[in-house]
Amino acid sequence: MAVIEPEVGSTILSIQQLSKVYAGGFAALKSVSLDIKAGEIIALLGPNGAGKTTLISTICGLVQPSSGRVLVAGHDITTDYRITRALIGLVPQELTTDSFETVWNTVSFSRGLFGRAPDPAHIERVLRSLSLWDKKDNMLRTLSGGMKRRVLIAKALSHEPRILFLDEPTAGVDVSLRKDMWAIVSDLRASGVTIILTTHYIEEAEEIADRIGVINHGELILVEEKRALMAKLGKKQLELELFDPLEGLPNSLAPFGLELSANGLKLIYTFDTTESGENNISSVLEALREAGITFKDLHTSQSSLEEIFVGLVNQPADGIAQGAAT
Amino acid sequence: MSTILSRVMNYYAVLAIYKFEMARMRRTLLQSIVTPVLTTSLYFIVFGAAIGSRIQEVGGVGYGAFIVPGLIMLSLLTNSISNASFGIYFPKFSGTVYEVLSAPVSTLEVVLGYVGAAATKAIILGLIILATAGFFIELRIAHPIIMLLFIVLTALSFSLFGFILGIWADNFEKLSIVPALIITPLVFLGGSFYSTDMLPPVWQSISLMNPVLYLVSGLRWSFYEISEVNVWVSLVGVSLFLLVCLGVVYAIFRTGYRLRP
Repeated sequence: MAVIEPEVGSTILSIQQLSKVYAGGFAALKSVSLDIKAGEIIALLGPNGAGKTTLISTICGLVQPSSGRVLVAGHDITTDYRITRALIGLVPQELTTDSFETVWNTVSFSRGLFGRAPDPAHIERVLRSLSLWDKKDNMLRTLSGGMKRRVLIAKALSHEPRILFLDEPTAGVDVSLRKDMWAIVSDLRASGVTIILTTHYIEEAEEIADRIGVINHGELILVEEKRALMAKLGKKQLELELFDPLEGLPNSLAPFGLELSANGLKLIYTFDTTESGENNISSVLEALREAGITFKDLHTSQSSLEEIFVGLVNQPADGIAQGAAT
Repeated sequence: MSTILSRVMNYYAVLAIYKFEMARMRRTLLQSIVTPVLTTSLYFIVFGAAIGSRIQEVGGVGYGAFIVPGLIMLSLLTNSISNASFGIYFPKFSGTVYEVLSAPVSTLEVVLGYVGAAATKAIILGLIILATAGFFIELRIAHPIIMLLFIVLTALSFSLFGFILGIWADNFEKLSIVPALIITPLVFLGGSFYSTDMLPPVWQSISLMNPVLYLVSGLRWSFYEISEVNVWVSLVGVSLFLLVCLGVVYAIFRTGYRLRP
């Protein structure tokens, strides 16, 4: 089977108005469109049932699309499935393994299944990179959950795919293993593999992704560079701890929309990071000085991706559209 | 050879599935080989030696020899179906089927892998039973090529049927219900252990509606040149059944029935 090597930066995956309505009438995907470039890591965030797994499953051939089109390296996943599937590796969410097979055999099986000639040297490289080499002769049922997860990644990498789908790769694994997984993903990206992962862990997306896509109710409500997203939708706050409690805000501070804590000892000023250089912090501080309000400490904080995500999925539809468009 | 093949089909995938399934047979050698051989030996002891000695020849053949094709057919049918149905049902049950469904493999390649392995196992078993029979009776095979043809066609077509059953089944009960409640009774009532000449005329006519009768009859003809129905009718019948099963499997993969929602 011919091996296609997509150019880094070219569009390796193009999802065009993809919809999926299951037999019972449930619309799991609603006209999802997304282009992914070779070599990037994109994280798909969304609550349970949002459509993340359906999207991945449709691209990988596990679910039949109702309408729309998906191109992998310019090839249609339906008509050119031999080419497209050979380019894709999938690590499913569930720990599904053949309990009575050895690690070596199950990974070798996957390579053959995806049309590649046996290559023990490659299998060895994959197993070593995933710290599985000393377990190669172990039966899968004897492995821990974390090790099984690694085996699933090894199976997905056995045929040298150019796109790797990781569906909740760190679900149910401990913190140490999660960090190991992030390191593995980082190594894979360095080798030019495009990675699309779904996750519940916002910190995971924040840590490793280049772009973030948010899916909710089957719709891709936002796709943005991670840093741009945080800058665009993230809020910054300035907190000032006062020496003396205030009973109320003087009129001169009204234009800034400051919040006063219940005990009157803290002032909170929320501003938008997109207003580069014009966030009025200096004006606020000047107004405070003029009003004779003194403070003993101050600090700023920025909202995390998690807070952005919660804010997005809880927004009404029109609000999301506006947010996505900005 | 493999390079040429890999250009026209996913040869490595067929081989991977086939080897995986055959490895399962090796892992379960006791269940796959020893148990059927023991069961067959018991049939020979009970029907061949104990009861058979009191039964006169059937169609000019000793009773022990008469039941050999029926025993082979019983084993072929039940094992083809159970091997193939389990082969595809278990990955569905455990979830590992995702890998086959997301691989660059065609329907034909999946079928060649799973059904080929199931049929191979059934054929090996049929031949082992034939060899086992050689310990109990003097074997005479008039048309060995036709015998092999019947064994291969039966193993292939019923492995395909088992494959369909494995896709259709959504629990273990459904998986075992067809072999236990349909196939085994049909084999027993299909002239495996008797000639339909021994039945009253009305039951003879009813027996002709049993498809397994044609298989047993055809296989028996290849041994002793005695049959209930014309051997060509049997061959055409099993070939048609093979084609129907192929058509159903093709439709299953085309529509994604119980595989791809």
